[in-house]
Amino acid sequence: MTDLTATSVQRADAVPVRARFPVHIAVFLAPALAIYTLFSIYPLIDTIRLSLYAGDETGARSFVGLQNFQTLLGDPNWSGHFWNALRNNLIFFAIHMVVQNGIGLGLAMLLSLPRLAGGSVYRTLIFLPTMLSVVIIGFIWQLILNPLWGIAPSLLKAVGLGSLFGPWLGQESTALLTVSLISVWQFVGIPMMLIYAALLNIPDDLLDAATVDGAGPFSVFWFVRLPLILPTLGVVSILTFVANFNAFDLIYAVKGALAGPNFSTDILGTFFYRTFFGFQLQVGSPTMGAAVATAMLIIILIGVLIYLFGVQRRLQRHTF
Amino acid sequence: MNVRPGRIAVHIALILYTILALGPIVLILINAFKTRRAIFADPLGLPNGQTFTSIGFDRVFANADFGLYFFNSLTVTIVSLVLIVLIGAMAAWALTEYKFPGNTLIGLYLAIGIMVPIRLGSVSILRMMVELNLVNTLTALILVYVAQGLPLAILILGEFIQQIPKDLRDAARCDGVSEYRIFFSIILPLISPAIATVAVFTMVPVWNDLWFPLILAPGDGKQTITLGVQQFIGQYVTDWNAVLASLTLAIAPVLVLYLIFSRYLVRGLTAGAVK
Repeated sequence: MTDLTATSVQRADAVPVRARFPVHIAVFLAPALAIYTLFSIYPLIDTIRLSLYAGDETGARSFVGLQNFQTLLGDPNWSGHFWNALRNNLIFFAIHMVVQNGIGLGLAMLLSLPRLAGGSVYRTLIFLPTMLSVVIIGFIWQLILNPLWGIAPSLLKAVGLGSLFGPWLGQESTALLTVSLISVWQFVGIPMMLIYAALLNIPDDLLDAATVDGAGPFSVFWFVRLPLILPTLGVVSILTFVANFNAFDLIYAVKGALAGPNFSTDILGTFFYRTFFGFQLQVGSPTMGAAVATAMLIIILIGVLIYLFGVQRRLQRHTF
Repeated sequence: MNVRPGRIAVHIALILYTILALGPIVLILINAFKTRRAIFADPLGLPNGQTFTSIGFDRVFANADFGLYFFNSLTVTIVSLVLIVLIGAMAAWALTEYKFPGNTLIGLYLAIGIMVPIRLGSVSILRMMVELNLVNTLTALILVYVAQGLPLAILILGEFIQQIPKDLRDAARCDGVSEYRIFFSIILPLISPAIATVAVFTMVPVWNDLWFPLILAPGDGKQTITLGVQQFIGQYVTDWNAVLASLTLAIAPVLVLYLIFSRYLVRGLTAGAVK
């Protein structure tokens, strides 16, 4: 009986509130939802829909089910390029995870040392390349590594490593590694900043307590600080993943849409661009492009889901 | 104060990395003002009376409309930022202030855009822009960038709006002020500090983007500076003076703005991470 009255009271209360508020709420929400839905969500859904169609020369489209994906994964003309791009993209990501996030972690550790003089100057300067366009960075490194200019070999000679130099961007065996390291060089500031912020958030008492208990600097890092910043490392990893599997600008600026030599720097972004717009003799295909984009979307969603349900949950259980 | 040897090693490591981070950029800037002969003979030297020249810049200005590209980039970035902040703040306010059915659902719906890159919808976006007759217009770029920037902006602004004391709005409500006026006259001015943070995450990617200018506005004098430089260098690969000068022109404005605002940008980035 009391329950009944309670709900009826609530309802009586809720009705006028609902009748009065939604107008404001709708007005406040409408512009954001409209633009976001129209130019972000709808195109993504429409791309998935388009990936199930095939177009002919006249521009007429017909529904073909999953045939585009069968072509992408099974047709020798397509699958070789797709798997090559996916493999290169995985290598690109692995290099970022190890080198970029490793250096970022190291720099953040150094910068978070107590009473470090000039810390903010270092942070500002090391973060600077991140602010510049990937295209500009690509061209800068292309000039520096250009054997014609010779600045890279002469710098290497100065430190006694002259024999190591080669046309790194032009060789099939080293091009992908070189392009990855250029990207690492540019974006190291992001993991550095995020990890630095997380390290600052660790209460000093915890570190002092560990030191008083006899832990050396290494143990303090390994057993106290590292476990506490694991959630941030998780965020850094997923940001790296999404950015890497969406990368395009750097390869396009440095190696062009063909991602040479012999497709050795081809990643999913450049493969998508070529499929969509065409190159040289091959005509671009919007529907195959949509299929490639859908495949990329699935890959990114798998990564995000692994992060959300695998990594993030476990990390939170361990640390809090 | 005693300086421990460990500290010196730390500074040496940080200085070496800073040189590695800045060296390539400095190299471009100093060589842009040197003659071709000096660029090759002494790439590390500063330009002096004998080697100084501005021929690269003259050639860039003669052959490419960099002023126009710069203006295009500026227009796209600023209009996008204003729209993202205004529209984003309205949505963030609605989602944090009012309890209504579907609140959480809309929040989750908007969060999709943080993780899923809008670039993957390019095939449909181009189709749509062709139908709307917006290809080679700055409007196309602005619409896409606003859609791209909104999700993260709403998240950041929402967190910021939550920190505004409740008393302010409640007092206004008691005085019978309308919800619209509460937002536009009280809340909007209060969130201006958050704009720096939103700017880090939205302005920089918009200014630097190559993908959407390449696909949606590659010609007709609607190129942004990033695309303009890319196209220019593609044509003048072998003209080192012109290439270095165009790179310098693209770097300089960002460099100046960054050095002025770096304090806010860096603070925004670390604050955004801490939550």
